[in-house]
Formats: sequence, structure tokens, C-alpha cells
Amino acid sequence: MSETYGPYVDLTSDAGSEYLHLSFSSGSIPLKQRWRNNGLSADFLGDYVTTFFPKEPGEQGGASRSEEIRSAVSYIANELLENAMKYAHDGRGEPIAIYVHLYPDRILFEESNGVTAEQAARLRAFITQLQETDPGELFVSRMEANAVEGGSAGLGFLTMTNDYEAQLAWSFAQGTAGGMVVSTQVTVRV
Amino acid sequence: MRGKSVNVIEGEGYRVVDQPEENRVVLEGTLRLSGGDEYAPILALLTQALDRDGRVTVDVTGLEFLNSSGIAMLSRFVIEARNRADAAVVIRASRHVPWQGKSLRNLTRLMPALDLELG
Repeated sequence: MSETYGPYVDLTSDAGSEYLHLSFSSGSIPLKQRWRNNGLSADFLGDYVTTFFPKEPGEQGGASRSEEIRSAVSYIANELLENAMKYAHDGRGEPIAIYVHLYPDRILFEESNGVTAEQAARLRAFITQLQETDPGELFVSRMEANAVEGGSAGLGFLTMTNDYEAQLAWSFAQGTAGGMVVSTQVTVRV
Repeated sequence: MRGKSVNVIEGEGYRVVDQPEENRVVLEGTLRLSGGDEYAPILALLTQALDRDGRVTVDVTGLEFLNSSGIAMLSRFVIEARNRADAAVVIRASRHVPWQGKSLRNLTRLMPALDLELG
């Protein structure tokens, strides 16, 4: 039994798309030492995906479509992994997993990690706020608050929707190790 | 008494340089620090330029990647500048670096007078 928010897609029944899957154990190495792996993994995913969206001949002007896609995948994957590393609840044995599914017109990311009940409640409150408020206005109000009191939680999701026109969805479900697992899906049109 | 000011901050894959003669701060490389505390020295370098002269140029043309915590840090700097009556900020960016065309325009929502040069 799971609880979903937004247009959550059940990927277990999706056999047709190309995908790449990375999974990380919770591990005992301190977060500070593991942090650089987010960027390494995100850049790898960005580079990997460009194979499926090669450069188009005769492209002019700013960044090429291939470069735009590489950059978007790297940014979104990095934000998802940073969130997972910050908020994943260690000790429950749930790995951090990220899938990137490729379709001709879109890329779908799914990242999952274990969370405590308190973290899940905080995330649900943020999701409700995101669903009820214009993301541009929410960005400004969050940044104004950040300037006074610090902290930028949720900004990654806001930049995905504002800057990359991404669609977000979540699922909260029971994990195999007994705790709660949150899965975040991010879809961008390409 | 003020301590000696810092002009360069370097870390794995990035470099931030304060150029007092131009009152310009140049950010280069890939910035993926883990939050406000880690970005504090960079914010301090930017604020140091603002304290010296209210007209500051922030050059990010060589900044290939900035995570959302870094965007929060730049936003904080822009709000600080907006709150000073005599401040003027120019952000020099490149349309060849995809994130810059997408994310930097949000800064003008925080400071409408900000001059975003997307070259």
C-alpha cells in the first residue's frame, strides 16, 4: 500500500524504455567524504544519456540540445542524490537508488531512499505547499526567508520546476527493511 | 581592526577570485558544496566586494555547474545588495553554459535592477 502525490508512474510495469540504475548502500563513511560521489554519479548519468540524444548537425547559437540535456540530467540527478544523502535515514538498511528512464520525448528520474516518519511529514508539508503555490512565488519567498534565517531546503525541487519545467511526483511506501521509503519522480521534456 | 582580506578561494574543481581593481568577483569550475555553511566563505568574498564599492560585477561565465545550495548563496548575495540603497550588481553569464540561461534569471525577481549580461 503506498501513498502518492502528483502523476506518479508505476515503473515496474514499464518494460519498454531504456534505463540506467545506480544503487548505493547506506555505508559507514561520513557524509562529508561521500559528498563528492553525488557529483561523480550525476556527471556520469549526464554523459551516459547523451549517447541517446546525439548532437544534431547544423546547430547554432547557444548550447547544443545534447549539451542542454547533459546539463539538465547532471543537475537534476545531483540534486536528487544530494537530497538523498542529506535526508536518507541510515540504519534502516534501505539503499539509495536512482533510475533514469529514457523515452523519445522525455526523461524520467526516480530516486528512492529510506526516511524517518518526521522527515516524511516535513516532505509531505513541502509537497502540499508546492501544489498550492506558484513555484516562482515560492522560490522568491524561500529565498527571502533564507536571506534572514539561512537554510535552503526544497530549493532543488523549486529550481527543477521553475528552471527545467520538470514535473514532480512522490510515493511513500513501506520499505523491505521495515522503515518508510520515499520515491521521488522527476520528468523533463526533451 | 580588520584582518587581511582574502582574495582567492580554491577547492576541488573550483576557484573564486576577488579582483579589487575591477571590483569584480570571478567564479570558475564546478561548485557543489553541501550547504550554507560551506558556501559562507564565498558569500563573504562577494560581500567584501560590495562593502568596498557598491558596484560589483560577478563573472560566472566559467562556472560550469552550480548546485541549488550555490543558487541559494548567490540569491542571498543579491538580496543583500538590493537592501543597500547604493548598490548595483552586474552578473556576467554565458548562454553557452546551459544552467546559466535557465537559473540566473530568477535573480532578477529578487533584485529587478540587477543587470544580467548573458553573452
